[in-house]
Amino acid sequence: MATINLVIMIIYHIFSAFVAFVLIWSIIKTKNVQEAILYCIILIPFTLRVFHIK
Amino acid sequence: MSEKSLKTVKIIAMCITLIILIIAGRAFYIHRYFKGAVVLSSGVTEVKKLGDYSSSLKGTTNDCNIYILDSGQPGGTLLVIGGTHPEEPGATLAAHLLVENAQVEKGRLIVAIYANRSASTVSRPGDAYPQFFHIPTDWGEKKFRMGDRWANPLDSWPDPEVYVNYPSKQMLAYMDIRNLNRTWPGKSDGSLVERTCDAFIQLIKQEEVGLFIDLHEAELEYPVISTIVANQNAQEIAAMASMMLTAMEFKRPMGMEFSPPSLHGLSHREVGDHTDALSLLFEAPEPFLDRVRGITDEHLLLTGKDPFVMKAGEYGLLYEKIDENGWPIDVRIGRHISSILQVTETFSEMYPEQVVAIKNVPRYAEVIENGTGHYLHNPEEALVDRVVYE
Repeated sequence: MATINLVIMIIYHIFSAFVAFVLIWSIIKTKNVQEAILYCIILIPFTLRVFHIK
Repeated sequence: MSEKSLKTVKIIAMCITLIILIIAGRAFYIHRYFKGAVVLSSGVTEVKKLGDYSSSLKGTTNDCNIYILDSGQPGGTLLVIGGTHPEEPGATLAAHLLVENAQVEKGRLIVAIYANRSASTVSRPGDAYPQFFHIPTDWGEKKFRMGDRWANPLDSWPDPEVYVNYPSKQMLAYMDIRNLNRTWPGKSDGSLVERTCDAFIQLIKQEEVGLFIDLHEAELEYPVISTIVANQNAQEIAAMASMMLTAMEFKRPMGMEFSPPSLHGLSHREVGDHTDALSLLFEAPEPFLDRVRGITDEHLLLTGKDPFVMKAGEYGLLYEKIDENGWPIDVRIGRHISSILQVTETFSEMYPEQVVAIKNVPRYAEVIENGTGHYLHNPEEALVDRVVYE
């Protein structure tokens, strides 16, 4: 069980890192100010997860 | 908006995000890796790790310290665990006071301050829990980490859709796979918290523990409060102790309840059923945990005073009384400490071949008169080899 959980945890972190990357990419590409600010806010929890802090 | 203005706003937004990330990340990191000092009393003869009893737990966050106070004289063995739910600081501090003060004259006392150490590394920001709390002592304030009811998801994740307790197969809420008082008797190849319970069961068997006590605090809206919950193997001890405590020491009565035979995963049920130890669980009132509480802060945690909980009491919605004096942490700790001492005395009288004699621990009235901090020692004045960190 511990091994399966570890594998899922690693996949989850890779997934979080991918979402964080997509958000940063979207911030750079968007022409809409509100969207850029919204992506910045969403980025916070994903970044904390990627660094295994929260 | 022009291209240049858009770029400027984006840069400002990213900078603010980065600042928030650093502030939040730093706060979470400091909380998770905080080390609290424990000054060992002269009665502590050995500090082991829980992982010494089960290799599957070695090196994990829940490989907590196990304090052994061995008198060297024949007698029984008492195991006290605090920190099953680290959001109940009265339980953790009562165990802490034992380690810093107790001396054992007969038999052995074994203490775990943070039984579910992982749960002490995470708080509940969504419920406005403070990250730390401070106890005034004779030498300054001592800082303690506030925890949660469940182990940190950073240490145990993902949760199942439904948690099925082993071996009873009772179905419980998904997050209870991270709740140390739902995963007994544990599983050597299970989740982190199941492995923790399994390690405690191994400890109880290897150290031949005769009496097991699990310390808790509960909201006043919860019916199991101000009570000793007893496995059927310890019901005489619990009944006698509750009568003695109510008659001789406490202002508010101490009750006694039977552990329901079909409610699995809880320590009072499973430890008694799966080992030879007599199993008890103590509950003290903690208004901080009530759902109807008002401002949730360190003041409420320490004083137990809340006008909303009081109002609920006026309408008869609570299972324990509360007035303008609240339920201060000294009262809660004093109740736990006196209950431990009384139960141990009763156990020693009923099982003379398993006597455990503990001294130098303050009782209820002394804790209230002098304050909990009076019994916490300054780590800077202690010998280096008598200070350990949790």
